Amino acid sequence: MRFIFKTSYAQDIALAKHGGHRFWYGALMLFLLAAPWLLPEYWLAQVTFVLIYSVVGLGLMVLAGFTGQFSIGHAAFLGVGAYTQAVLSGMGWPFPFALAMSAALSALVGAVVGIPALRVKGIYLGMATLSFGFIVEEGFSRWESVTGGNAGMQVKTPDLFGWQVGNGNGFYYLCLTITALCTLAVLNLLRSPTGRAFVAIRDSEISAQSMGIHLARYKSLSFALSAGLAGIGGALYAHRLQFISPDQFGILQSIDLLLLVVIGGLGSVHGAFLGAIFLISMPQLIALSKDWLPENIGQAPGLQSVVYGTVLVAFVLFEPLGIYGRWLKIRTWFQMFPFYRKGMFKRQKSFQKSDRLR
Amino acid sequence: MQFVQLLISGVAQGCVYGLIALGFVLIYKATETVSFAQGELMMLGAFCSLALLTGMGFPFWLVVPCTMLAMALFGMALERLVIRPILGQPAFSIVMLTIGIGYVARGLITMIPNVGTETRTLPVPYKDQIWNLGSLVLNVEQMAIIAATVVLCGALFMVFRYSKVGIAMQAASQNQLAAYYMGIPVQRLNGLVWGLAAAVAAVAGLLLAPITFVHANMGLIGLKAFPAAVVGGFGSLPGAIVGGIVIGLVESFSGFYLPDGFKDIAAYIVVLLMLMLKPNGLFGEKLRKKV
Repeated sequence: MRFIFKTSYAQDIALAKHGGHRFWYGALMLFLLAAPWLLPEYWLAQVTFVLIYSVVGLGLMVLAGFTGQFSIGHAAFLGVGAYTQAVLSGMGWPFPFALAMSAALSALVGAVVGIPALRVKGIYLGMATLSFGFIVEEGFSRWESVTGGNAGMQVKTPDLFGWQVGNGNGFYYLCLTITALCTLAVLNLLRSPTGRAFVAIRDSEISAQSMGIHLARYKSLSFALSAGLAGIGGALYAHRLQFISPDQFGILQSIDLLLLVVIGGLGSVHGAFLGAIFLISMPQLIALSKDWLPENIGQAPGLQSVVYGTVLVAFVLFEPLGIYGRWLKIRTWFQMFPFYRKGMFKRQKSFQKSDRLR
Repeated sequence: MQFVQLLISGVAQGCVYGLIALGFVLIYKATETVSFAQGELMMLGAFCSLALLTGMGFPFWLVVPCTMLAMALFGMALERLVIRPILGQPAFSIVMLTIGIGYVARGLITMIPNVGTETRTLPVPYKDQIWNLGSLVLNVEQMAIIAATVVLCGALFMVFRYSKVGIAMQAASQNQLAAYYMGIPVQRLNGLVWGLAAAVAAVAGLLLAPITFVHANMGLIGLKAFPAAVVGGFGSLPGAIVGGIVIGLVESFSGFYLPDGFKDIAAYIVVLLMLMLKPNGLFGEKLRKKV
């Protein structure tokens, strides 16, 4: 068990709480910096995808994990970012400006979607975002003069003031830089009064309101930030795939993103990364295991959704805190050995927490 | 005549949405959770009837009650095995759980060799029949949907109004704790409600199958039933049917009078408008909590 001897208030909000954090995150950063030399090209591409999905996951984590507002149409923001980036780089904008525009436009759209969020709660908000997602997807496929319709559109490689970043190491470093910056931004946000306000809204809107938190403002802000991050992720996604079409931003993508945050662990920044790793590595694992399974199971087309569904059900039933929660439990078990008790992470169960009366 | 034709097809389509929405509302009223697996339950019902009808060669009149019974049992088993253990946790856990169940159901059906990846027709006795009423051409399949919905709604109304179980369900949905204190076995009732919702979904599947074919992704129509439930007010049973019909009509008319593409999203536009103007829906009750 580690006891931190605190001698100043700054230690309470420090990003790295102790030397262990500094060491391990430094090691992770070094590994990621050296990855192009350590990993084969295929795996590097997968790591790039993990980084992209992490940015999107961070966005959804801010909204769902920290503000408690669930969006079942988050792929729409991803799509807005991706299409903005595709159109602007097609017009010859340099990458940083196009990226900023994608983030800004997504954030703007997010703030607009946030408006119904001020009036509706819980499942109604889910419905509103779901509907919005469908409308945006249809918009992408119908606005053919800009988006190319269902045929999709090609995306140029990022152009960093004349330097054409290809699809290999250069793009990997670009993603790494942006992911690191976004993570730092989210971490900073969460230790600021704004982030604390988000968490307060998640835990109880009524008590947050009575503490003087302007619900409408902070909810729209959360939506805008979340959508902005999703937009950045979408821009990178477009560059990575080099081809986007409306069906990539449909309901299935939205559900994948929810899967990401729930399996990673709601309410933890780590969860976004762990969830992204899960989401990217799962198809690979399934593909690998196909050789071991009998023919009629391994080759069946529905295997992937069965595995996804089963994992999701299992996590909700047995590990509501996600992968990160499981890791916390394992770590605590070792730290406290042999004093770990079973109920330490037990969530309080209420008989009925009514949504209707509010 | 064009107008009446559109009206009838809209109402028929709306009845299917309404029946699926009825399942959501039943479950929402009873357990305050939203089931995203309702469309998949409908799909399973359709496949179940397909198996009974073509696989086992049952006559149609026997297939309907058998399918309903099988799906009701399935719904109850589902509630007992996966829903009950996590009741009391945040509502979103159950949303994710039911999404997971939907994935599994869809995947498992797809994995069945020679059935899952194909689209089949359900050979109902009234398939492809047409009534000519003056210049009006009535599709019997659509009329069957409307008639079955009316009958089912009547039956549900009677159950909720006059039977002991129905009244107990109403009590439990208004206040679980108080119902529990009155000696109502709330948990068992929740199981029954899931069974009922699954049976209603199975009926929807049976009715829809002759029109759209039976395939693994037919459950995605459940996503159109959410707008129906929201428009009607999530906590109201008649609201679900009315909402479904509204959505069906909007879809049918926008498909004809508005440019291409509006048909698919008209339902969602209606929902967004509804949520902005009247978040409680047409029939939703307005309740306030005092701190």
